Amino acid sequence: MSVLIKTTRQKAAGIAVGILLVILFAGCSAVYGYTEVGWKTALDALTVFDGSKEHIIVLKNRVPRALIGAAVGMSLAIAGALLQGLTRNPLASPDIFGINAGAGFAIVLSAAFFSVSSIHQFAWVAFLGAACTTVIVYLLGGVGAGGLTPVKLTLAGASMWLLFASLTQGMLALNERALEEVMFWLAGSVEGRKLEVLTSLLPYLAAGWLGALMISGPLNVLLMGEDVAASLGQRILIVKIFAGVVVVLLAGGSVAIAGPVGFVGVVIPHVARSLVGMDHRWVIPYSALLGAILLLLADIGARYIIMPNEVPVGVMTALIGTPFFVYIARRGLNRL
Amino acid sequence: MNRYTPLRWKRVSLLVDKKAVAALGAFLLLVAGVAILSLGSGDMSIPPAEVVKALFGAGEGMHELVVRSFRLPRILLALLAGMALAASGAVLQGIIRNPLASPDLMGITGGASLAVVTFLTVFSDRANALTVSIQWLPLAAFLGAFLMGTIVYALAWKGGVTPLRLVLIGIGLTHAVQALTTIMILFGPIYLATQVHIWTTGSVNGANWNQVTTLLPWALLLIAWIWISARHLNIQELGDAIAGGVGSRVQRERLFLLAVSSALAGSAVAFVGGIGFVGLMAPHIGRRIVGSSYGALVPVSALIGGFLVLGADWIGRTAFSPMEVPAGVFTSAIGAPYFIYLLLRTRN
Amino acid sequence: MNGLETKALTLAYGERVVIEGLDHVFPKGKITVLIGANGSGKSTLLRSLARLLKPRDGAVLLDGKAISTMSTKAVARKMAILPQSPECPEGLTVFQLVKQGRYPYQNLLQQWSAEDERAVKKALKTTRLEQFMDRPVDSLSGGQRQRVWIAMVLAQETDTILLDEPTTYLDLAHQIDILDLLYALNRNEGRTIIMVLHDLNLSVRYADNVVVVHDKTVYAHGKPEEVITPELVQKVFGLKCLIMPDPVYGKPLCIPCGKGGRKDHESLRAVDTQ
Repeated sequence: MSVLIKTTRQKAAGIAVGILLVILFAGCSAVYGYTEVGWKTALDALTVFDGSKEHIIVLKNRVPRALIGAAVGMSLAIAGALLQGLTRNPLASPDIFGINAGAGFAIVLSAAFFSVSSIHQFAWVAFLGAACTTVIVYLLGGVGAGGLTPVKLTLAGASMWLLFASLTQGMLALNERALEEVMFWLAGSVEGRKLEVLTSLLPYLAAGWLGALMISGPLNVLLMGEDVAASLGQRILIVKIFAGVVVVLLAGGSVAIAGPVGFVGVVIPHVARSLVGMDHRWVIPYSALLGAILLLLADIGARYIIMPNEVPVGVMTALIGTPFFVYIARRGLNRL
Repeated sequence: MNRYTPLRWKRVSLLVDKKAVAALGAFLLLVAGVAILSLGSGDMSIPPAEVVKALFGAGEGMHELVVRSFRLPRILLALLAGMALAASGAVLQGIIRNPLASPDLMGITGGASLAVVTFLTVFSDRANALTVSIQWLPLAAFLGAFLMGTIVYALAWKGGVTPLRLVLIGIGLTHAVQALTTIMILFGPIYLATQVHIWTTGSVNGANWNQVTTLLPWALLLIAWIWISARHLNIQELGDAIAGGVGSRVQRERLFLLAVSSALAGSAVAFVGGIGFVGLMAPHIGRRIVGSSYGALVPVSALIGGFLVLGADWIGRTAFSPMEVPAGVFTSAIGAPYFIYLLLRTRN
Repeated sequence: MNGLETKALTLAYGERVVIEGLDHVFPKGKITVLIGANGSGKSTLLRSLARLLKPRDGAVLLDGKAISTMSTKAVARKMAILPQSPECPEGLTVFQLVKQGRYPYQNLLQQWSAEDERAVKKALKTTRLEQFMDRPVDSLSGGQRQRVWIAMVLAQETDTILLDEPTTYLDLAHQIDILDLLYALNRNEGRTIIMVLHDLNLSVRYADNVVVVHDKTVYAHGKPEEVITPELVQKVFGLKCLIMPDPVYGKPLCIPCGKGGRKDHESLRAVDTQ
């Protein structure tokens, strides 16, 4: 696969460009929407807040939304990149592997039956759900003839996704009160979230981001093949567990904030790899930036597509991501 | 040939597999048994003997009312939906030649769901009443199922279709279709949102005779059609080269069978929503019992499917009283692990 | 009437032309073996004869008529094909598989005529599979499984049978078993057999007629004794060899030149065996 950005200098420059783009699109997110706020007004809201309707919208609604969108996009994209690197499976991602669905199910279950309500509790419930699903999918994908093949892992994940999706629907069918609160969220949404949600979970996400950067080097080694990695002295199990924990933090945290947002984790790592190649020390940061950009753009689009109504951002990512997904699926599971 | 009996009159001949007939008989009894038990369960518990009497018009007035007006449509709907989904799965597994093929994994039920939700959204007036007859609903579901099935097939086509590619693209498109369904729900009448979740999981709750009489001819006709076409299905399973070699018009048959499979899945979905995994499990269990010949597999799978949905509905109605858990929850709860078990068994 | 023949047949996969402008007649009632190097197009040619591959140009004729104009069932009553490595669904019994060979003769009303029954019984008898009738095919050995597929093809009761590498992956005893079966069919029932075999010596031994596929066409054809020469083997397979009559059956035996073994045989003196 030909790499677009070849030298280290260019890659570093790319990161800077990426950061600027993220800021730019975050700004767009603050400005565009049903209530069009001028750029100046948006800036003013941050600096000389004066209590006007537009300023309130920007500060209480749009800015948190943009920040959440960026954070969630980053996290899911990184999680996808890690999973794809770990399993060498081009379709690996928290949504395809059912991890998001498992976290979502856990949240709905706890809300409906255990009266869980605080965001911290939701986060831990989400982590638990994500962790359980990860373990189940990993185990099930590896048992049977042939060991852990990309095919079996994908299918195990897909069946978990279907299972949890169905169980979640079933749960909602039983508990209509929970349904109304949860429906929009269940499609994956960054709308209407308070900033506190993000700030409470930020430590977990940040730990995930850091962990991902830390593990990117060892991941490169692991990618050369487990035999090679072992002979080079890598403690494979520890790398895998560490990466797994990072995925759980990132995916679980994202789901707790925004519900299960799909396709970001599948598609973005491919774009990142086509830009900077297979070195995960670059792939991870690029995925993060691209993921944030994708989500910000999708969120802006979500406001316009059926104006004056909004669709959940997860719907937008699904619509954008599906053609990519089909393309990747057609290419086959044998190559990243 | 003592397992088989040829039957011939004048210009008609067919071969009867006695072992399959025995299995069929056994499953008929099983299904009847579960149906009777289910008819007798609920708020008013009715002993089996009374149920049978009520069915034939010889029971007490109250029993007859409960059994025939309230519960029987539900039982019949569950049975028909289970049969249709099972038959649909059996056909798909034959034309795709892979045990992983099933209407849910290929996105067919997702497409049907989207079509139904769109239909209900588009054809509802402000009072949340339907502006066109509900009789059109199965047609919408069929179109949705068929379109989705062909789109998935077409996208998976790369000089031919491998089952894995089919399932993967089916899964991906199901995600997308769910997204579209969400848009439709957000657009649509309020009642949809609450109803649709029950319905998406798959539930026979709220069944009425109208639904049964709409589904019945479709389901039975299509299943009968497949049964008669068993030899076409059998030959498809042997691969394109052999099928072509014995004179089958392979691609044409395949497309036709895909259409029938979609119609079956679509019609089931139209009335009970997406009861998952039945189309996967029932044909498999059927194969373990009567083998892979479709002359036996079609009816036996259909009965197994009916049994699964009946059973799931019965448990859902009674085990968590007074809550009613949709049947789809149980079929998924059993089905997902079963799917994984299949993965383990697949000689890669 | 000519049986199976090609007229100006051109076969291609996308850009790659495999066979070009071939005119060839396959003798009726004989065993013909297609031989050639890997990728030479012999399987492709066989598949096009069986109507499994549409020609880019030209036509395949069966009994004087282009098979593309005949209905698939009509073709299937005259010609059967056994492709390479066929897959059998799990759990299907021998009888259930073999009876599917009767497909071209069945329709909605006639699903099991007396003819069908007779043909299947005969096929099972010829392949000595009667006692395995209700056993699942996947429980049989490789050699037995291949016999099941051949029984299916036999049940089709066609004059012409095409086989693509029917003996690959079988051990030698089973290979001979299958080839003997086909030989008997040809000698006793006069069926035309056209097959691709991977083993040159076995091809030559059983063939009445070899067709050497090379360089996008039929390079040579005819009786093995006349066609198989060291020059041909060198040209087509890139292999230096000696050809001498098999001491038991008299057919040309190809002895590849190479290392190992005695080097002082008199025939080697005439050949440069480096």
